[in-house]
Amino acid sequence: MTFRETAVPESTGWRAPVGTFLLFAAGTDAGYARHVDTFGPLDVDSVGPELISVLEASGLTGRGGAAFASWRKMAATAQSRPAGILAPRPVVIGNGAEGEPLSFKDKTLLAEAPHLVIDGLLAAARAVGGSQLYLYAGPSNFPALERAISERPAARGIRLAEAPDRFIAGEASAAVNAIATGSALPFDKRRRLSESGLKNRPTLVLNVETLAHIALIARYGAAWFRSVGSAVDPGTRLISVSGPGPDQVLEVAGNVSLGEVLYLSQIDMANVTAVLVGGYHGRWVKPLDYKLSISGPASHVVRPGAGVFHVLPAGYCGLETTAGIVDYLAGESARQCGPCMFGLPAMAGVLNRIAYRERDPRLVRELERLGRLVAGRGACHHPDGTIQLIGSALDVFSDEIKAHLAGTCTTVNGRAA
Amino acid sequence: MSRTLHIDWTKCDGRGLCTELLPGLLGRDDWGYPVARRGDRTDIAIGRDDAEAADEAIKLCPKLALRVVGGGAGSSGRPAGC
Repeated sequence: MTFRETAVPESTGWRAPVGTFLLFAAGTDAGYARHVDTFGPLDVDSVGPELISVLEASGLTGRGGAAFASWRKMAATAQSRPAGILAPRPVVIGNGAEGEPLSFKDKTLLAEAPHLVIDGLLAAARAVGGSQLYLYAGPSNFPALERAISERPAARGIRLAEAPDRFIAGEASAAVNAIATGSALPFDKRRRLSESGLKNRPTLVLNVETLAHIALIARYGAAWFRSVGSAVDPGTRLISVSGPGPDQVLEVAGNVSLGEVLYLSQIDMANVTAVLVGGYHGRWVKPLDYKLSISGPASHVVRPGAGVFHVLPAGYCGLETTAGIVDYLAGESARQCGPCMFGLPAMAGVLNRIAYRERDPRLVRELERLGRLVAGRGACHHPDGTIQLIGSALDVFSDEIKAHLAGTCTTVNGRAA
Repeated sequence: MSRTLHIDWTKCDGRGLCTELLPGLLGRDDWGYPVARRGDRTDIAIGRDDAEAADEAIKLCPKLALRVVGGGAGSSGRPAGC
């Protein structure tokens, strides 16, 4: 395969940033001048379909949660474009919806580095021959985005679409639905969005952090992107760290260890009961020697999902915490699909009975039965994500479960935050 | 390409007609919604023996929640995995 190594001629003298401080390299709230000064110019008009091969070589995967190969989505969209000069051209949507309560890295990126996201959106649209461009984000991001768009004539065609503050609003079909109808509900995907999405046009939905990486790969090339991270999980990713201490956004290399994230976050390992990685649809792990990577054996690797890293401090009960989360997730069901609408509250009910120490040994088996019953039966990933979270809690907090079924709790205070 | 029966969960109301027409393929869950007895639970493989009953279920579903995918009949494509 051949690809252009970089879109910036070497003679321009811009040096590619190195290490894991990339996306925020232009500093906080960077205007267009400082953005160009930091990263060098990106001649968007010269970008074409070859960017897709560059992205394939880079190994970039989506940073919105599913970690799907970005180039594949783009290639599918480009190929779905019907022939003919009057045929509808693809729609490209930058997805900055962040309904996940523990996630804030996309809001932060849009606020601090909107020009990288805009670069990526323009470049992705050029690569797939797209014509309608949207940025879908929470209203708190609008002032900064409007200001950034107004700084660049090339970006004036980008339309802002408001993402409601609901958990499932960021699901790709919910994003398309929100823009089309104002209602951010997932729909049944009879056909892929890349074939038929907004107004039946081929539609490309990419997370805003993914777009920011595309902006840098379009400048510096695939090999540069691969200079950090691992072979299977190259590049950097943003993570939202919460728990004891202030919320913070970190940029880390692919395949970073959990211990290193805790160290970077200045969280004392002794003060950690467990870590919830990937968010409310993610997985609890105890911080042994896990790596944060998009693939690998579950015994050593935990998938970053949308980059949520939530630390449960020592002395807190993981079962009570998880029961609270599952209550919330059951309430966030769009109530469109029966197994989700009824199954999630049923699972939340059983988990709460365990968490609040009802001494009935059949509860765990009932929770597992409900999980098997509901799995794989919905228009979106909400039920399956919830089942994954519950499964990891049953696994990681197995000692606590034994204690609860005996009417006690292993934690000091036995009360969740 | 083998045919599959696709359930649109956003439309399905658990009326149960499909589970009566396709008892070997579908059971009912705690709330009356169809559950595939094996394999994928949203795009359910249809054997030759069930082909006719599956067509009938699609026609008779009061919520129009069923569709055949693949095998030259019905619409093309499959649900997105991403």
